[in-house]
Amino acid sequence: MSAMSGNLASGGAKAPFKANAVKSSLWRQSIKRLMRNKLAVSGFVIVIFMILLCFIGPLFSPYSGNHNNLAMMNKAPSAKHWLGTDQLGRDVLTRVMLAGRISLTVGFASMVLSVFIGSLLGAVAGYYRGVVDQIIMRIADLLLTIPSLPLLFIAGAMLSAWKVPTDYRMYIVMIMLSFVGWPGLARLVRGEMLSLREREYMQATIVLGLRDRRKLFHHLLPNITPLLIVIATLNIGGSILMESVLSFFGLGVIQPTPTWGNMIDSANNLIDFQERPWLWIPPGLCIFITVIAINIFGDGLRDVLDPKNKR
Amino acid sequence: MSTYLVKRLTYMIIILFAASLLIFCLYAFTPGDFISGNMKLSPERKEELRQIYGLNKPVLERYAIWMKNAFHGDFGYSLAQQKPILQLFNEYIWNSFLLAIVSTFFTWLISVIIGVIAAYKQYSWFDSLIMVVIFAAMSIPSFFIGLLLIKGFAVDLKWLPPGGMTTTGSNATGFAYMKEVIQHMTLPVVVMTLLSLGSLTRYFRSNMIDVIKQDYIRTARAKGLKERKVLFTHALRNALLPAITLVGFELPALFGGSLIIEKIFNWPGIGQLYMSSFSSRDYPLLMGFTMFIAILTVIGTLLSDLLYKLADPRVKL
Repeated sequence: MSAMSGNLASGGAKAPFKANAVKSSLWRQSIKRLMRNKLAVSGFVIVIFMILLCFIGPLFSPYSGNHNNLAMMNKAPSAKHWLGTDQLGRDVLTRVMLAGRISLTVGFASMVLSVFIGSLLGAVAGYYRGVVDQIIMRIADLLLTIPSLPLLFIAGAMLSAWKVPTDYRMYIVMIMLSFVGWPGLARLVRGEMLSLREREYMQATIVLGLRDRRKLFHHLLPNITPLLIVIATLNIGGSILMESVLSFFGLGVIQPTPTWGNMIDSANNLIDFQERPWLWIPPGLCIFITVIAINIFGDGLRDVLDPKNKR
Repeated sequence: MSTYLVKRLTYMIIILFAASLLIFCLYAFTPGDFISGNMKLSPERKEELRQIYGLNKPVLERYAIWMKNAFHGDFGYSLAQQKPILQLFNEYIWNSFLLAIVSTFFTWLISVIIGVIAAYKQYSWFDSLIMVVIFAAMSIPSFFIGLLLIKGFAVDLKWLPPGGMTTTGSNATGFAYMKEVIQHMTLPVVVMTLLSLGSLTRYFRSNMIDVIKQDYIRTARAKGLKERKVLFTHALRNALLPAITLVGFELPALFGGSLIIEKIFNWPGIGQLYMSSFSSRDYPLLMGFTMFIAILTVIGTLLSDLLYKLADPRVKL
């Protein structure tokens, strides 16, 4: 018996190595196929460009984001200020880039959070079934029943009423977005789990007497990783859009921390809206370009990683 | 089937109960209310008003009162508008419905046509172009495209009015009134159609691609039918059938209004009513609206499951 378990242990040690070798070539194949999709590649390039622009761009700007310059108020775009200045004389281009840092970070972080919560709860629900499944999925059902926009608005109003410092609001907005984002994801992952757990290789893990944690994290989750990557990518775009809506209505991240959404807020001022389009059109275009690039890239990923969902 | 329905309805009621409790607590625990936000009132008067509206009672007791009244068909009383919630909903909902039904009609019409052509010419330049346009439509922030169109067509070109449902101070009736409303609803309808076009076109396109590969399509072609007839009578019918399940999911959108679009275009619909009540903290109305959407969502889901069964008898419920 001890010899046998020793054998099994050594087999178990070898198996991940083997799996890794196969996996890496499969990944390489997928990347190769992705590279052939010109649309997806250009989407990826644009996303990288936007990230570089927002995170490195401000370092090259001669202006700082929150420095007021009363001599240069509300100036139209010129050679000195490529996108003009706002009502406090701040350079709009610099602010758009700084705003991008926040918007991209919020979008990315809330995606990570909701994918983490959603896949974990979905996996647990689908794997254990029974009472755990019932509890998790009923909560998910409940959250899916209540419309997410009013839910987010209430949360935003609470933040304002409690006077949460503007620096912290960014993090709370991330949590809010992942809170409304996880139920849909959990439902999807649970569905996948229900079908995967009946496969032969899962029966093999039972025969091998593997622990639940190992079955979940080494055998089931790796099999839904491709699906998760696709959903996660598309989810970033959705999160960026959601954050911009909230911030536009003053219920997400608020001034003076700039985000693309709350910069468009200046369109609520009639004169700014009609006479100074340089204040609100550039951030809107940034949202649009970033999200469309992410969506195109995500769709390319789907073609490669999720063969069942071929278009 | 009937046991399924009973089970389903029971579950629906439980979920709605839980949702109502959650919604009530959320609004009850949000700091500030309609009365404390009013600067003109003295502290004594505020206390008195709280007494009258029952706002000084414990949250659970208030919830019980709210639910009891709801079962008697009384969903509360708007503090800001001084009207019963149901009456207000009835006043505003049809404006929302008008926008929603017209844009839904155009969305379905356009996406069916584009979807069929794109599927027929899969991987052609037209198909690629359509895919890019679809992604563009799915990626626009709704409020931004709304603002952009107002700026372009209403402010700069002055072709269309910037917002509202009728011109301020207008007393037009009959045909002139209709013309006015149509002018005012053009921009919001364009935005709403654009925003929902993407996913639906994709849906029809992929359905159509699956159907075109079927044997009966080859048979129809082999019979020597005209290509148009093959596409639109044989293929499209089967591609459309699964889409009836989407009707259920449209339900909240049809009657629930659109918070963002109605706010941007100042359209007097239920979404705009919600947004304006939000700033004045008119909780009875906000709770009523959120509950209303929750009910629509639940009914819509049930409806689409039943329609799915209707469309495909093989589906076991």
